[in-house]
Amino acid sequence: MSNQPILEIKNLHAGVENKQILKGFSLTIYPGEVHALMGLNGSGKSTLAAILAGREGYDVTEGIVKYLGKDLLELDPEERAREGVFLAFQYPVEIPGVNSTYFLKAALNEVRKHKGQPELDAIEFLALVKEKVKLLDLNDDLLKRSVNEGFSGGEKKRAEIFQMAVLEPKLAILDETDSGLDIDALKVVSSGVNKLKRADSAQLVITHYQRLLNYIIPDHVHVMADGRIIKSGGKDLALELEAHGYDRIVKAAAVTA
Amino acid sequence: MSTATDTIEDLVKTEYKYGFVTDVETESAPPGLSEDTIRMISRKKNEPEWLLDWRLKSYRHWLTMTEPTWQKAHHEKIDYQAIVYFSQPKPRKDAPKSLDEVDPKLLETYEKLGIPLRERGRLAGVAVDAIFDSVSVGTTFKKQLGEKGVIFCSFTEAVHEHPELVKKYLGSVVPYTDNFYAALNSAVFTDGSFCYIPKGVRCPMELSTYFRINAANTGQFERTLIIADDGAHVSYLEGCTAPMRDENQLHAAVVELVALDDGEIKYSTVQNWYPGDENGKGGIYNFVTKRGLCKGRNSKITWTQVETGSAITWKYPSCILLGDNSKGEFYSVAVTNNYQQADTGTKMVHIGKNTSSTIISKGISAGHGQNSYRGLVKIAKSATNARNFSQCDSMLIGSKCGAHTFPYIEVKNTTASVEHEASTSKIGEDQIFYCNQRGIETQDAVNMIVNGFCKEVFKELPMEFAVEAQKLLGVSLEGSVG
Repeated sequence: MSNQPILEIKNLHAGVENKQILKGFSLTIYPGEVHALMGLNGSGKSTLAAILAGREGYDVTEGIVKYLGKDLLELDPEERAREGVFLAFQYPVEIPGVNSTYFLKAALNEVRKHKGQPELDAIEFLALVKEKVKLLDLNDDLLKRSVNEGFSGGEKKRAEIFQMAVLEPKLAILDETDSGLDIDALKVVSSGVNKLKRADSAQLVITHYQRLLNYIIPDHVHVMADGRIIKSGGKDLALELEAHGYDRIVKAAAVTA
Repeated sequence: MSTATDTIEDLVKTEYKYGFVTDVETESAPPGLSEDTIRMISRKKNEPEWLLDWRLKSYRHWLTMTEPTWQKAHHEKIDYQAIVYFSQPKPRKDAPKSLDEVDPKLLETYEKLGIPLRERGRLAGVAVDAIFDSVSVGTTFKKQLGEKGVIFCSFTEAVHEHPELVKKYLGSVVPYTDNFYAALNSAVFTDGSFCYIPKGVRCPMELSTYFRINAANTGQFERTLIIADDGAHVSYLEGCTAPMRDENQLHAAVVELVALDDGEIKYSTVQNWYPGDENGKGGIYNFVTKRGLCKGRNSKITWTQVETGSAITWKYPSCILLGDNSKGEFYSVAVTNNYQQADTGTKMVHIGKNTSSTIISKGISAGHGQNSYRGLVKIAKSATNARNFSQCDSMLIGSKCGAHTFPYIEVKNTTASVEHEASTSKIGEDQIFYCNQRGIETQDAVNMIVNGFCKEVFKELPMEFAVEAQKLLGVSLEGSVG
């Protein structure tokens, strides 16, 4: 079991309306690993996240995506979620009038039903919420409000991490979770992510900036350009990027290609 | 893959559950309207002369009026001579004296609709008057209410038992000259509910009228009159359904509310008349005049409506704020699906000093539905320190429907404060995808989003009705936590 990858992407080609965005993207993630995917805007990072989560409107023209050995692309988005794929949104969506706690309870119970576990009632759920609030050292005020409604950018991102803590996914994809955060919010969010790291699950952290990686230590760092990974390495690769910028790596990759 | 569009299709296809017909022998007048028809109705009901005179005056006035055409909805011209104006389940030789003697088929009909009339079977705390086609078939809990001095009975009965109250208040809020449909109703109304809460009494239970149209080609013209005397309180609920038929049927009711000093009336409606099929064939034309008069000081009238049925809904439950410090409230959810059309809203007329009004309107359009909010806030010269707050939100599901807002504001006193907020939103693919990504399927996501949108109105409904309303919208119970 331990050497079965959680996620295996091979030679993925995909795009929207005849525009190719991913051009031969490959990546394998094993349990317990944290991968950072870095790249300039337009390199295809968010497209990859959207395709993994099952958003409509993308055409996959070539390649395979396996999640725990299954064909991920065959599943509806809600089935992927129930199987343990979690996307922390770059722009979390507001749902006015729908209480955050109610929403999260509905989500958790969908996962539990899928696993054949009994649904949690209100009291059991609140106990779980309390425990997670403590773990992440969060303010539970957000849970009393409507889903993301009127939240600041930082509050939205914190709420995403909180949902992740409650849902305990096997594969968490964090899409530019650091964008728009001040340094304090960044610390809170990344400490949450670190605490949620487990031996049987994995995280794919998508980011534009190196600064997030001061707080989240990845096992692997990948640099993405023009729809595929052009360089992979350890956490030092992120520092190299910080020092020299994307240009040098992109150019070097072009020479070797 | 399930998409938002699929779900909307599913919602559109959801069948109307109350579309059955009860096979019961009826006694009906031939179609057509004349003074003879009115005399016949009045004779059938054994009415006093003054009421027949009032009906005839109304009819003669109606003849001078023309059908209004300003509403934002289209329908074929109504042939008023093709409508049956009187239909009742055939009375058995010995007329029923209590519910036990009512035709079991009728009781069964209400059971099927979830409205058991036998008191044993009822949830404690709600008294029901059931109107089947043109007549009241039974009123529950009369005895218990009687002990408190509360009068709750069919309109016909009230005419006989409490003529002084009926005479005093009938037409006092909606005169027969008010509008085309009110004049028609005043001429031909057949039954309805009557309710009087005496001084200082808080009605010990919710009162409820359940309207059912059964017979074909029949118009339903009922009249409801509710009076809360000084310091009296009442909460009143109204529900409606009709069988599925290919022809359109007219429902032109009049509801009059009167609240005296410190009196309070809360009137809630869950309207689920047959809306027509997915091609827009058939359905009820719901052209209703509802108005409340806050006559006394510190009186209060609250209208809450959840309108999901009818081919066309056209009504403006209104408040005339005559007494000083009186309050009017209007909370509305209107849903139009398939080819349904709704032109609804309210009028708040401020006349007394320190009067205040609140309007919260939520319109939801799906399919080819057209949903209009039309509202008037009028501050008279005498209404010093009047306050109004209005909020009109529209939600669109799909791309073939429409939402429209027509607010009218007339202010003649400079101390007034009037606020109006409006918004239009579309159930976004983004919202649905966000829910999907948390394991919630599209149908549940739509329900959740719509329910969240209507929350401010649902919380104004009495508990049982709130549940029914949520079910009606196909909404799973929201807010059970937190």
